[in-house]
Amino acid sequence: KWLRLASAKLDVGVVLLSTHRLVWRDQKNHECCISIPLSQIIFFEEQAAGVGKSAKIVIHLHPAPTNKEPGPYQHSKFSYIKLSFKEHGQIEFYRRLTEEMTQKRWENTPASQPIPTATASQAGRTRAVGIVGIERKLEEKRKETDKNISEAFEDLNKLMVKAKEMVELSRSIASKIKEKQGDITEDETIRFKSYLLSMGIADPVTRETHGSGTHYHMQLAKQLSDMLQAPLEERGGMMALTEVYCLVNRARGMELLSPEDLVNACKMFESLKLPLRLRVFDSGVMVVQLQSHSEEEMIVSALDNVSDKGSLTAEEFAKLLGLSVLLSKERLLLAEKMGHLCRDDSVEGLRFYPNLF
Amino acid sequence: MHRRGVGAGAIAKKKFAEAKYKERGTVLAEDQIAQMSKQLETFRSHLEEFASKHKQEIRKSSQFRVQFQEMCATIGVDPLASGKGFWSEMLGVGDFYYELGVQIIEVCLALKHRNGGLITLDELHQRVLKGRGKFAQDVSQDDLVRAIKKLKAMGNGFGMIPVGGSYLVQSVPAELNMDHTVVLQLAERKGYVTVSEVKEGLKWERERAGHVLDHLLKEGLAWLDMQADGEPQYWLPALFSDLTSQDVSPEEANQMSP
Repeated sequence: KWLRLASAKLDVGVVLLSTHRLVWRDQKNHECCISIPLSQIIFFEEQAAGVGKSAKIVIHLHPAPTNKEPGPYQHSKFSYIKLSFKEHGQIEFYRRLTEEMTQKRWENTPASQPIPTATASQAGRTRAVGIVGIERKLEEKRKETDKNISEAFEDLNKLMVKAKEMVELSRSIASKIKEKQGDITEDETIRFKSYLLSMGIADPVTRETHGSGTHYHMQLAKQLSDMLQAPLEERGGMMALTEVYCLVNRARGMELLSPEDLVNACKMFESLKLPLRLRVFDSGVMVVQLQSHSEEEMIVSALDNVSDKGSLTAEEFAKLLGLSVLLSKERLLLAEKMGHLCRDDSVEGLRFYPNLF
Repeated sequence: MHRRGVGAGAIAKKKFAEAKYKERGTVLAEDQIAQMSKQLETFRSHLEEFASKHKQEIRKSSQFRVQFQEMCATIGVDPLASGKGFWSEMLGVGDFYYELGVQIIEVCLALKHRNGGLITLDELHQRVLKGRGKFAQDVSQDDLVRAIKKLKAMGNGFGMIPVGGSYLVQSVPAELNMDHTVVLQLAERKGYVTVSEVKEGLKWERERAGHVLDHLLKEGLAWLDMQADGEPQYWLPALFSDLTSQDVSPEEANQMSP
């Protein structure tokens, strides 16, 4: 393949295509390398081979910009270049060029370096050759990454097929348990639930009869009970579940608990006779509460504080007790529910007063 | 060894039942459970193999994570249900999302005094990224959304409200019904809204508009600017852009008009 210009200085070489430019490199002298940005191309067409002529691609170009890098020619009377394919490659090249000109990927990612068109030889490799090498490496890496991702997706697909089998098996078992086909022991049910836990499969059937907890959650409940005693004492006996979640997971650092793990473990406090309770307020807020801090005490404390100050908002109460606003509000609401406080709800805020009725 | 009903009568009864089922070719549940145990072991080793090849992919590529999550959902598996699950243990997906959950809770808590417990997904995303530091694993908005969905299990009112093409993340148990949501969506454009704008924009009566806006005030989600030109303006701190907002301490917030 050779490139003929006004006078044939550039003869036999190889033409290369990247997402950003067209590069021609002399076959013998690799340091002779020129290129044109694809953005300069207006239009291109094929010229079929004939008797005595090789197939060509003619590329029509925009006028050279004023900031054009120095090249083999500063100007030419021709506004096009011709690539003559003496051996082969014209069809494939035409196809690739069409692709690149359609996608115009150079518009998305600016070429990182300006195009040096030096033909001067310097000691060692010239930049021009370096760029072509870099581009090839990038192309290889892109292909490698694509291959990795597609391999990963392929493997993922296969994995999911197997996982689906597990899900179907577990559903079959669950429906049999429901229909009572067979005689399942407690032991087997518990084992089945731990299998579900491992796979991340929800099971409403066994949840109804046996709750969501497993041995894992029982152990967790005991650990939590030990771990939360002191923090709970410091916070007036009550902590929002989200607070507990952060506290516990920050302490663990890894092998963290999922929100559901925490909830399921806390649900077991009572049955395991641990001194903590999970409590859900009307608002939906969930807290862990020391059993020793009874409801009675909380209501009395709320009433005392409110009476003492005449009236209190949740924020004021929070400040007094050193608690979070969220939990202070819940205590006030509880006292109100029990008839000890009443509210004044205005745009200035929600304020509680002792209920003198 | 399991102990089922003891006694000759019970044994005979059981044998009869078993025979009846086997006759029909039905597999008993207990046999299937034993089968599941074996299959689980096999699956576990497949997962281990997958993890050894592709664990990095999950960590690095949020696109891969999305794909992974969607496939799990399709087949009926929740990889984030438990830290004790295979997925979590072997692929490390659990720790990634549970830690993100902690960070989300902390950001929401830190800003609650300012925005009443409502924050745009964009702002949440930015602040979480900042908190993670520049050497930490990148997280996408999809990652945040999935982490937030998990947080719902703990009460506390975590939820997402669609607004202006994205979401508002709610982290307090404030009651927000359709009326409140639709007013939030209306206010999204400018960050504030007036009673008249609500009336005209939604074709409501003045009373309804006022009622909804008052509720937002009471919940601390809106602040009232009585000194605006024309009508008083209800501003929503959650919708403030960085340009117009400034950080206020909890004490300062309490002293301002609600």
